[in-house]
Amino acid sequence: MMWRVGTVVALHDETPTARTITLQVADWPSHVAGQHVDVRLTAPDGYSAVRSYSLASAPNAEGRVELTVERLPDGEVSPYLTQELAVGERLELRGPIGGWFVWRSRQTEPIQLIAGGSGIVPLMAMIRSRASAGSTVPFRLLYSVREPGAVFYRDELQAISSRDDSVTLTYANTRAAPKDFPRPPGRVDTSFIAESDLAL
Amino acid sequence: MGTVSRGFFGRRTAADVKLPPGQYLTTDFPVLSAGPTPKIALEKWEFTVDDGTNVLRRWNWKSFRELPTENITADLHCVTRWSKLGTHWEGVSLDTILGEIESDAEYAVVRSYGDYTTNLPLADLRNKQAWIAFRFDDEDLAPEHGGPARLLIPHLYLWKSAKWVRGIRLMHEDQPGFWESLGYHDYGDPWREQRYSGDE
Repeated sequence: MMWRVGTVVALHDETPTARTITLQVADWPSHVAGQHVDVRLTAPDGYSAVRSYSLASAPNAEGRVELTVERLPDGEVSPYLTQELAVGERLELRGPIGGWFVWRSRQTEPIQLIAGGSGIVPLMAMIRSRASAGSTVPFRLLYSVREPGAVFYRDELQAISSRDDSVTLTYANTRAAPKDFPRPPGRVDTSFIAESDLAL
Repeated sequence: MGTVSRGFFGRRTAADVKLPPGQYLTTDFPVLSAGPTPKIALEKWEFTVDDGTNVLRRWNWKSFRELPTENITADLHCVTRWSKLGTHWEGVSLDTILGEIESDAEYAVVRSYGDYTTNLPLADLRNKQAWIAFRFDDEDLAPEHGGPARLLIPHLYLWKSAKWVRGIRLMHEDQPGFWESLGYHDYGDPWREQRYSGDE
């Protein structure tokens, strides 16, 4: 699998610790929602480090590739990607990789997505893929976060679920909940699932 | 050398730790599964060796545990790039399992509860390279790590060390298993960095 070079065309902070990186990749072969890429950083002496990141963008023919990276406090690659990398710079990647955890727009069965934290990223690619393909398949998302400020893609998720009755969105807050939230903070458990009318 | 990442210097592993290319060291034990963790009662557990037509050998938990066991110290290398060194296991050598079976098969498909499969050359299961492991760090192997028993074949990437193992099928032709059908390498040698289909 060959390494390609993408150019950073936009950066967007999703939360204080997570950043979306939009790349333009000249010969990108497109991808399927749920797939990931390997990203390679190379130091001036040739040392390199590679990590895998889920694709956040829907499949597209324009060579636009979006990743959302959560910064790990003791990480080697994620602090660079979320704090150092600048618009106009080049980033090496290869992919798309993975054929198991994917959603294709020709699929017709209803989908229950369940995300915790940065695990939303490949599921967001599926939600975006559904929207861009004009699919009307029912999608439900259960999205568990530590606290409300940790939600990625908040406005976009709100907009999609507002305009499309067949997309429903349920948040769970494990450490701190918004003032008007119906449940105290806590992990998703069987009572949460029973009360939330999830398709489980 | 590829594109140099401005401002990236990396964090090298200590020089006395030799890791396969592209791996980083971890001290915890990450869990990655493609599906739910099967619950297997020991009184229903069995392990078979078959040739696709006939069952050649069959063990229940009691007869399996009467086989001679070995203590194993092994380095684990996951294709998702973490490596964990010096792990301690107890298990039954595949030399013991396959010892009395006469076959001219050259390949094997390892099968698990939950229908996971992985393929490898039969020679890789012989000669003190592979075990059916049932204890980790002096404790019964936890279900999330593959208990009651898993394959342990440390010279290949860890997806080959099938969790919840239930049998081995001897094959005359190589037949890709689960991940090997979904974009991952047929053999998976970490020292040759055989991660994905098409890697040399």
